[in-house]
Amino acid sequence: MAQSIAPPSTGAPTAVPAPLPVKAILPWAVFFGLLTLIALYFVGAEQGATSVFAGTGVHEWVHDGRHLLGFPCH
Amino acid sequence: MNSSTVRALLVRGMLAGLIAGMLALVTAYFLGEPQIDAAIAYEEAHTHGHEHGPEVVSRSVQSTAGLATGVLVYGVAVGGVASLVFSFALGRVGGFSPRATALLLAGAAFVSVYLVPFLKYPANPPSVGDPASLDKRTALFFLMVVLGVLLAVAATIAGRRLAPRLGNWYATVVAGLGFAAAVGIAYAFLPSLSELPEHFPALLLWRFRLSALAVQLVLWTAYGLTFAHFAQRLLAGPARERETVRDGAAPAAAQV
Repeated sequence: MAQSIAPPSTGAPTAVPAPLPVKAILPWAVFFGLLTLIALYFVGAEQGATSVFAGTGVHEWVHDGRHLLGFPCH
Repeated sequence: MNSSTVRALLVRGMLAGLIAGMLALVTAYFLGEPQIDAAIAYEEAHTHGHEHGPEVVSRSVQSTAGLATGVLVYGVAVGGVASLVFSFALGRVGGFSPRATALLLAGAAFVSVYLVPFLKYPANPPSVGDPASLDKRTALFFLMVVLGVLLAVAATIAGRRLAPRLGNWYATVVAGLGFAAAVGIAYAFLPSLSELPEHFPALLLWRFRLSALAVQLVLWTAYGLTFAHFAQRLLAGPARERETVRDGAAPAAAQV
């Protein structure tokens, strides 16, 4: 698809970026993936179906965001 | 091209997610909040026995700082993850420039992470949904998100496998149809939920869901465009692009 809209003047083949090695991506993916799971859990699910902290403070704080981002709230 | 490139992409992904989150926040505040207020007003007028305890967080905090916390954390988190998926997808999903890869990825993420679950288990305003079934609804919603992502990955791999035989165009069409069919089968077999209170205003439900869809559409569109800009500049370089314009013959000119 990319080839067809390349400027015809160059005549050079589309430069496909070289893939980044998986070994370079994996540590970041594990690290950031874990952080994201924790963050999204607190935004989307804490004090709903499951609770890490007692009470409803976290739930009430992110209440509107939870509804508008599409998470089941209560 | 090593670990520092991945880190640079991750930082830019989080930043693009923050910018997109801010635009989504504006959308949520102006389109979504009036619907939430209306739904809470309905709930208070029709309390079915279950009384709410003392207000832990006031409505004015919920609709401003609370909403901002939720939407911005969400934006930064999904923005960062999407940039890591981009790091992997770049140069592996086809002959796309960094810019085109970023935009395609944002579109695929919107469809698989949000649209596919939304069409089966849509966002609900306060007072819609039985609290007793929250466990079930939470499990089904997250199952649908995971399923959407897995099916999108499977469709991408299938498309790449079919490309040599069918050509890029038909391989993409077939993979897309396969994705739609698999989603349709999942919709058919997973339980449907209909826990609408009697006489809940239909127009309010429609407006709430439309505003929730708008929030995500703004988020992913803004993310796609912002991250596409950052990624292109990082990987293709503004200097190279400017040279291209001047000389009209540099290799970068062939990129979209």
